[in-house]
Amino acid sequence: MNLSELEAREARALEERAPEPRRASGSPILALENVSLAFGGVKALSDVSFDVREHEIRAIIGPNGAGKSSLLNVINGVYRPQQGRIAFRGEVRSHMEPHRAARLGIARTFQSLALFKGMTVLENILAGRNLMMKRNLLLQALRIGPALTEEIAHRKRVEEIIDFLEIPHVRKTVVGRLPYGLQKRVDLGRALAMEPKVLLLDEPMAGMNIEEKQDMSRFILDVNDEFGTTIVLIEHDMGVVMDLSDRVVVLDYGRKIADGTPDEVRSSQAVIDAYLGVKH
Amino acid sequence: MIYRETGQFKTSYASDQQLFPILQDRVVVIGFLVFAFAVVPFVASEYLFRAILTPFLILSLAALGLNILVGYCGQLSLGTGGFMAVGAYAAYNLALRLPDLNLIVVFILAGLCATVVGAIFGVPSLRIKGFYLAVTTLAAQFFLDWLFARVGWFTNYSSSGSVAAPPLEIFGYPIQGPVHKYLFVLAIVCVLALLAKNLTRGAIGRSWMATRDMDVAAEVIGIRPLHAKLTAFAVSSFYVGLAGALWAFVYLEAWEPLAFDVNRSFELLFMVIIGGLGSILGSFLGAAFIVILPIALNQLPTKLGIPLSTASISEIELMVFGALIVFFLIAEPRGLARLWAIGKEKLRLWPFPH
Amino acid sequence: MSASARNLTIAFFALLAFAAVSPMLFQGVRFPQWLEIVIGGLMSGVLYSLVALGLVLIFKASGVFNFAQGAMVLFAALTLVKLMDHMPLVAALAVTLVVMVALAWLVERLVLRPLVNQEGIVLFMATLGVAYFLNGFGQIVWGADVFTLDVGMPKEPKILLDKMFEGGILVSMEDVVAALIAALLVASLAIFFQKTSTGRALRAVADDHQAAQSIGIPLNRIWVIVWSVAGMVALVAGVVWGSKLGVQFSLQQVALKALPVVILGGFTSIPGAIVGGLLIGLGEKLSEVYLGPLFGGGIENWFAYVLALVFLLFRPEGLFGEKIIDRV
Repeated sequence: MNLSELEAREARALEERAPEPRRASGSPILALENVSLAFGGVKALSDVSFDVREHEIRAIIGPNGAGKSSLLNVINGVYRPQQGRIAFRGEVRSHMEPHRAARLGIARTFQSLALFKGMTVLENILAGRNLMMKRNLLLQALRIGPALTEEIAHRKRVEEIIDFLEIPHVRKTVVGRLPYGLQKRVDLGRALAMEPKVLLLDEPMAGMNIEEKQDMSRFILDVNDEFGTTIVLIEHDMGVVMDLSDRVVVLDYGRKIADGTPDEVRSSQAVIDAYLGVKH
Repeated sequence: MIYRETGQFKTSYASDQQLFPILQDRVVVIGFLVFAFAVVPFVASEYLFRAILTPFLILSLAALGLNILVGYCGQLSLGTGGFMAVGAYAAYNLALRLPDLNLIVVFILAGLCATVVGAIFGVPSLRIKGFYLAVTTLAAQFFLDWLFARVGWFTNYSSSGSVAAPPLEIFGYPIQGPVHKYLFVLAIVCVLALLAKNLTRGAIGRSWMATRDMDVAAEVIGIRPLHAKLTAFAVSSFYVGLAGALWAFVYLEAWEPLAFDVNRSFELLFMVIIGGLGSILGSFLGAAFIVILPIALNQLPTKLGIPLSTASISEIELMVFGALIVFFLIAEPRGLARLWAIGKEKLRLWPFPH
Repeated sequence: MSASARNLTIAFFALLAFAAVSPMLFQGVRFPQWLEIVIGGLMSGVLYSLVALGLVLIFKASGVFNFAQGAMVLFAALTLVKLMDHMPLVAALAVTLVVMVALAWLVERLVLRPLVNQEGIVLFMATLGVAYFLNGFGQIVWGADVFTLDVGMPKEPKILLDKMFEGGILVSMEDVVAALIAALLVASLAIFFQKTSTGRALRAVADDHQAAQSIGIPLNRIWVIVWSVAGMVALVAGVVWGSKLGVQFSLQQVALKALPVVILGGFTSIPGAIVGGLLIGLGEKLSEVYLGPLFGGGIENWFAYVLALVFLLFRPEGLFGEKIIDRV
């Protein structure tokens, strides 16, 4: 993919974008079965099951503290659930390990920015491709053979991502000095660099203004359309969720209270109660 | 104006990823190397070689090793002196017990011994962080101090506990006199600095820095903390151990375990902080600073006509070190190296205001 | 404490107790002799506890691991010794206390405040700088000799229980007084933390800096207070240690032992500091006496650290510390 292709593709994407949500109908790529997670005595997730179909955009919503981030952490192995199973591309496990999740093609962005603050944009995104590089100490130290050729080959792919996210002007800036909106893009870029099958986005638009949200929405749709990446998304902005997602799962107090298309979820009494509050 | 990169277009990623992408940097570095190798040996005094240049180079190497661990991988170590001692005593025993071994091989093997010991003491870093790790590396320091002082085998049962290095010789050429020693150390340090630079700007370096900056995120993109931390400990200890061997063989010539005590560890940590965490150049700047400061403190009062006892001078030294550490942590956590970078930024425009 | 952690702790103590009595079982050491060693170990443990206490106080309230606690002990002792040349003991104690409060204020102003919200490791290195500065400063102002500190502690050892055992057991009365002082200090600190509003504010800060700030607890003042309290603890430790060992630079090295103590006890626990200190003191003495000969002696220098290292591998939060869960 070069620059002109990217531009043409963007134009095409803008033209073709249908106003109503698309329906993805792939087979499940990822499924959680009866997952429960607790910290000490505090239950973060109780008996949650749901699946994600190939190529869809799946949103997870719910009030603060509903267990949304914990769910993502279970999927990519940062937390180990006490009960339940995770199936990814047919393989069933009781829990995931972070590096295995990375190897299997699950990438992730973070709610509170978790970039490598002391590294440049380029280095951050290149780090996302570390898994694909040979890390022979001696070759790296001498910078010969694959240590050199890989570095250049991967740099090329990273530059494409940088162009795609429209951040070429800051590629050599240390990430800690970038404004928040751009940091969010770098976070996405680092995840994209892994060329994931499934991309987990934890509040990618939190704290953004309308314009930034539009940009980010466009990036997410493009990733989904062009690379065929399945996306699991946590977001608070209901407008964004309803526009982007194919199916929505709703959590409250660590339990799943609704699951379905945006319209179905919107009209669910349980969801309305959870958001507006009812006497329990 | 002087330091301007305008007009230097990069046409390939290879040229953008070379060691010093900017022409002026290349010129300065090459000029500096020529000066160090070809001019200094003819103009410097014996005192300069013995008291400043050689110790500076060796300590730079140790600081570089520590910087890989602390600055690049974010793992605090207070056991550097102990790892230097491992290198020194390993080299001593190798040279003693295998007298035919080439000196270069002895030094490399000594570094590798330190690598093994360092990696062993690095294992706790997989479970613990920050000052917890500082305590475990302190454990390494005190244990190693004791080991070399009390276990006779390491010192070949020397009754005083002090040991002496054999005469230095490589490929039949004796390394005698301050100039030869200086050149020998300089060559080693240059090669190892280049290797360190390559490591830190490649995939392994990124895995170190990622682990340092945000370990959970690093794990999520598939960087295993186990691998990153242990390679950092291993590489760092290799550098530190080799520096220890050089310190003992080239600089001290005869030494006892006290030469590598916990104060050496602190001194090296100060070099890294003052020079600049996470910077190769910083390791050199920090070492230069800490080597020169006591000498300056020694000479300044007499020049100003204020007589001070040696005891007071060493106390003032403690105060100045302490104050500088706090100052740098507050004002410029990236140390002298960052100040250097800011200076270069300024030179891009100078003498024009914009 | 979870069940497995509890079992682990019990197993650890059982092993320690077994190790402690094993010399009697296997090496034929007589009970009074053994008891003397145990008491000696516990007494030096009290001293470690005193330094560790200062560390824990500061860590709880400001999240700073204060490497300078040992230097503060030395500095307080040096100041006291020098002031006693010019004034009676009580006045010298009072002035030293004022000096320690002033020091706390300066540290807050010049070191902590500019570094607020920095990572723990940066603050730790900063306190390393403070330690160096204080060591140089103390010696340049007060001199670098070994001073004897005489605050009227009983010097002659007493023979106790001579009715029960032949020869009885020899106990240094100085150690007993030191233990009493330490107990008094811990008790008064406990009252301070539980009963006074400042103490409650300190505990609130310890739990959550931002939350404490948002309900109007002035963080900077709290830090000055807690560093002052730590300075007072350092003074007490300095008095006890100084009169036992003489006031000298090596106090600072001995104070480094407080690091493994807090690792064993847990960074956030005052009882942990006490128990950890006693355990390390005891373990060190017993190991030196019974294991030392096997290793060629001198293992006192590293035993505590290696014990802490092993402990860290199995229970990083210490015996009494709180487990920290990383949230992302």
